[in-house]
Amino acid sequence: MFVSYKWLEQYVDLSGVTPQELAEKITRAGIEVEGVETPASEMKNIVVGYVQSREQHPNADKLSKCLVDVGEEEPVQIICGAKNVDAGQYVAVAKTGAVLPGNFKIKRAKLRGEESNGMICSLSELGIESRLTPKEYAEGIFNFPNDVTPGEDALAALNRDDAILELSLTPNRSDALSMIGVAYEVAAILGRDVKLPQPNPAESTEKAADSIQIRIDAPEDNPLYIARVVKNVKIGPSPLWMQTFLMNAGVRPHNNVVDITNYVLMEYGQPLHAFDLDRLGSNEIVVRRADEDEKFVTLDDTERTLSADQLVITNGKEPVALAGVMGGANSEVHEGTVNVLIESAYFDGQIVRTASKAHGLRSEASARFEKGVDPARVQAACDRAAELMAELAGGTVLSGSVVAGELNVEPKKVSITLERLNTRLGTDLQMGGVEDIFRRLQFDTETNGNEITVTVPTRRSDITIPEDLTEEVARLYGYDHIPLTLPEGESQPGGLSPYQLGRRVVRRYLEGAGFNQAVTYSLTSEKRAAQFALEVRQPVALAMPMSEERAYLRESLLPHLIEAAAYNNARQMASAALYETGSVYLNEGENVQPKEEERLAGVITGMWHEHLWQGEKKAADFFTVKGIVEGLAARIGLADRLTFQKSAPEGFHPGRTAEVLLDAEPIGVVGQLHPSLAKEMDLKEAYLFELKLDMLLNADREDLSYVPIPRFPSIGRDIALVVESTVEAASLETVIKQAGGSLLTSVRVFDVYEGERMEEGKKSVAFALTYADPEKTLTDEEVTAVHEKVLAALKEQAGAELRA
Amino acid sequence: MEEQLKQLQAEALEKVAAAANLKELNDVRVAYLGKKGPVTEVLKGMGKLSAEERPKMGALVNVVREDITKAIEEKQVTLEVAAIEEQLAKESIDVTLPGRPVKAGGHHPLTRITEEIEDLFIGMGYTIAEGPEVEQDYYNFEALNLPKGHPARDMQDTFYITSELLMRTHTSPVQVRTMLKHAGKGPVKIICPGKVYRRDSDDATHSHQFNQIEGLVVGENIRMSDLKGTLDAFAKKMFGADREIRLRPSFFPFTEPSVEVDVSCMCGGKGCSICKGTGWIEVLGAGMVHPNVLEMAGFDSTKYSGFAFGMGQERIAMLKYGIDDIRHFYTNDLRFLQQFSVHE
Ligand SMILES: [Zn+2]
Repeated sequence: MFVSYKWLEQYVDLSGVTPQELAEKITRAGIEVEGVETPASEMKNIVVGYVQSREQHPNADKLSKCLVDVGEEEPVQIICGAKNVDAGQYVAVAKTGAVLPGNFKIKRAKLRGEESNGMICSLSELGIESRLTPKEYAEGIFNFPNDVTPGEDALAALNRDDAILELSLTPNRSDALSMIGVAYEVAAILGRDVKLPQPNPAESTEKAADSIQIRIDAPEDNPLYIARVVKNVKIGPSPLWMQTFLMNAGVRPHNNVVDITNYVLMEYGQPLHAFDLDRLGSNEIVVRRADEDEKFVTLDDTERTLSADQLVITNGKEPVALAGVMGGANSEVHEGTVNVLIESAYFDGQIVRTASKAHGLRSEASARFEKGVDPARVQAACDRAAELMAELAGGTVLSGSVVAGELNVEPKKVSITLERLNTRLGTDLQMGGVEDIFRRLQFDTETNGNEITVTVPTRRSDITIPEDLTEEVARLYGYDHIPLTLPEGESQPGGLSPYQLGRRVVRRYLEGAGFNQAVTYSLTSEKRAAQFALEVRQPVALAMPMSEERAYLRESLLPHLIEAAAYNNARQMASAALYETGSVYLNEGENVQPKEEERLAGVITGMWHEHLWQGEKKAADFFTVKGIVEGLAARIGLADRLTFQKSAPEGFHPGRTAEVLLDAEPIGVVGQLHPSLAKEMDLKEAYLFELKLDMLLNADREDLSYVPIPRFPSIGRDIALVVESTVEAASLETVIKQAGGSLLTSVRVFDVYEGERMEEGKKSVAFALTYADPEKTLTDEEVTAVHEKVLAALKEQAGAELRA
Repeated sequence: MEEQLKQLQAEALEKVAAAANLKELNDVRVAYLGKKGPVTEVLKGMGKLSAEERPKMGALVNVVREDITKAIEEKQVTLEVAAIEEQLAKESIDVTLPGRPVKAGGHHPLTRITEEIEDLFIGMGYTIAEGPEVEQDYYNFEALNLPKGHPARDMQDTFYITSELLMRTHTSPVQVRTMLKHAGKGPVKIICPGKVYRRDSDDATHSHQFNQIEGLVVGENIRMSDLKGTLDAFAKKMFGADREIRLRPSFFPFTEPSVEVDVSCMCGGKGCSICKGTGWIEVLGAGMVHPNVLEMAGFDSTKYSGFAFGMGQERIAMLKYGIDDIRHFYTNDLRFLQQFSVHE
């Protein structure tokens, strides 16, 4: 909503308050002023000129040589390029030394050999957007009507010296979608009075009801329809003050009748429509729902196909307007219009919204109906328009309004006690102060002991409950005056849940291990949605995605993490280690919330360790990621409960990937990105992991308790075993542990060999075993006894021989 | 004989002094003090001396012996020190060469901001509540006083999945779910961080995915002044002790009254490009919980009241670190991420 300061001054005294100060006050009281535009501030030295003569420029076909009276002793010669310039016109002249918007300075110049002392301006050269300039002046210079004097300030005459406040309205404050509504707000802020127009059109003896009848067939959609008839209007331009106020409000001037309906729309917030009465095609107005597929040509000459959820104004036979949205071409006011019917109606917001959405026609009028107009202004706005048409278009207003339907204009009453008001705000207001605030808002009040009952005018439909009164008081009392306190009453300790704490531990562990945390998008493409997923389901799809790239909900964090690694690789960061914690979304069926599980995933590419001048360089490999996952498990108390099983899920290297199990439950995967996929994504070797973080963190674990430090020395025995190449180290370890019993305190692989010195199909795996007894020093004999059992078990269960 | 001894002593001391290393020194010791050395020889020849001369000469021999021994010991220390020094000199390195790097990553800046805010409110007795990102229309809108067809739904363009399921547009549904869990009994004091989604095209200032952190306090006699005091404490801890807050009336369907909360700019009110010359930066939306919201969540709105506030981590991070493009948060460029590994 654009609010002209000069227009607003007609309703409320703004003396002593600059536009900038006013903007600040309005903002602080609740309606955000996004900006204050002062067009004249970037212009100077622009006056009204009278073109005394015009002749063809001797050396240029497209230029005119004009002699212009600018209120000085001698007229000045100005060369003008506009086609529509002519003698006898009053025009805006930028004199030499003038400045136009964009810091465009006007200097004395010679144009094709002829002197030019200034410039005759178009409206757009004076900073008015071309979509707002009257059509007749869109292409050329502007002509003033005859009531101006050469030499007077052209910017003032054009209301360019105005200040325009741009209000950003929240949905609840549709009351401020009118100059009168803003005037009420400003009056309340400043503690001043509101001066409203008191429309009282002089009427002829001829009755409007003799010219038109109205019938409403859809009273739910259109509870009230008021019409007035104005005869014998003379269509022409509206006065300059009205045109300029409209342009400052962001509305393009057309002709006096149309401008008056728009002016009253901006003034009262009540949309009006003017029909050419003689082109209406009948003597009646019938308001009804449109027929399905009914055709109608709107005044923008577009044929519209209507449907039964839209409301039309008809002449009893065919539509003449799409209610609240746009009139029809058939009944539009035009140059030759003589008799006018003014429509002022209350249309239901929902039905107007449906139609404006369906036809992509959003206008100042439809926006106001959608938000709800003030039922108490329907009649006044109609009267105001009729009065102005008599005054400015020479029309004769027929007697009376033709009214169909009725509206409840009874204001609501809302009560609140002083105590509740003060406890909600934390203030110590007295009743007198509260009453004063409502007086400023022009709300009637009634005080009964500690309770105040407020009569809320219909223009403030946003106020319905006691808390709304609290807000009115708070915003006008001033939030700055509310004290700073902290909640009182019983307090509880704050903190993270064990799960949230665990998540932080996991993050810190990975960051300590060298990973940077990434955050990627949850929405992805169909192709990526289920890629690498630990659990594949039909991906959840958005109903109306913005793009194919963001159309589905992810089932794995890996695709976007891999993309992030590739992004970095493409920018000379060949080594990247990224991790992410976040949700994946598993389809549970139509209209059921998907199951959201928190996952932890990581990607490593390039060098894991690099220390160049000492020649150390270690590329990441499978065992890098595996080690990280094992370390993580140890960090969160699950050290011995993870196992790794060879596996070949899609997207991974079939020989270098393992399923991760917690106890016996699958909880994730570690492995190498499939080389062909890596190539596709412009990556070299990349290693991945994804784990079910929720299962990891929610796993039962034993409370931490101290185990005494061993008091007796341990004894170590190394064994090198020869086994079939296919035998996995973990299976050997299991055999060793079972046979070693409680004296065996640790088993570690320290060498693996497969190659020339081994028999074909065999490999050697060497283990370091440690034996200890917490109660005593073990003897060699005791250790040997257990160790022999281990060797025997290895031979029997795994066919393992000691390496010679 | 005495003469001979003196000469021996002088000779030995000279050789000790001349010894260039521990081996040469040892040779001197063996040569003069060894079993076959000249001093021993002298002792052997004492048998020929008279009874009076013998003790005198014996004493003299001991003196000479001790003198040489002492000289050798002293020289030994000197030579040992020299040997160590020589060894250390050989081991010298260029200490300006780079050290072996220790790998360390870091939080994403959004996590950094989130944890900072979480910790700040945990210190004030809040717990952290989380909830689903795919929500039912009811929890995201209706229970927040936004019935179907409410004009304020236009304020939030929503990614719908079906007519009843959507990507949450704010973390407020977590507030609703938490209040319902409390079954009408206060107090509730929570912080709700999380990802939210809006149907926006991504550009420098818009992102279809972003983060929010909201707070909710419900109790008996919670006042607007409590909201103001809480946010004032937040602003001072988050942005600096000299910062102030300013409340401006606004509108949210789920709070009444509703306010926008500005934090004073680091320019100290002089006006700069960050505050667009106003001296204030819009940081939060807040208000007193709407009685309809309390009632729908099972709280008696005549007995209980509450306040709620919300902010965006991206915006806070952009303000705090001077980040100019919201897309940086989701590109995961290491040159961006690594800057936030530093502890301030
Ligand atoms: Zn600033």
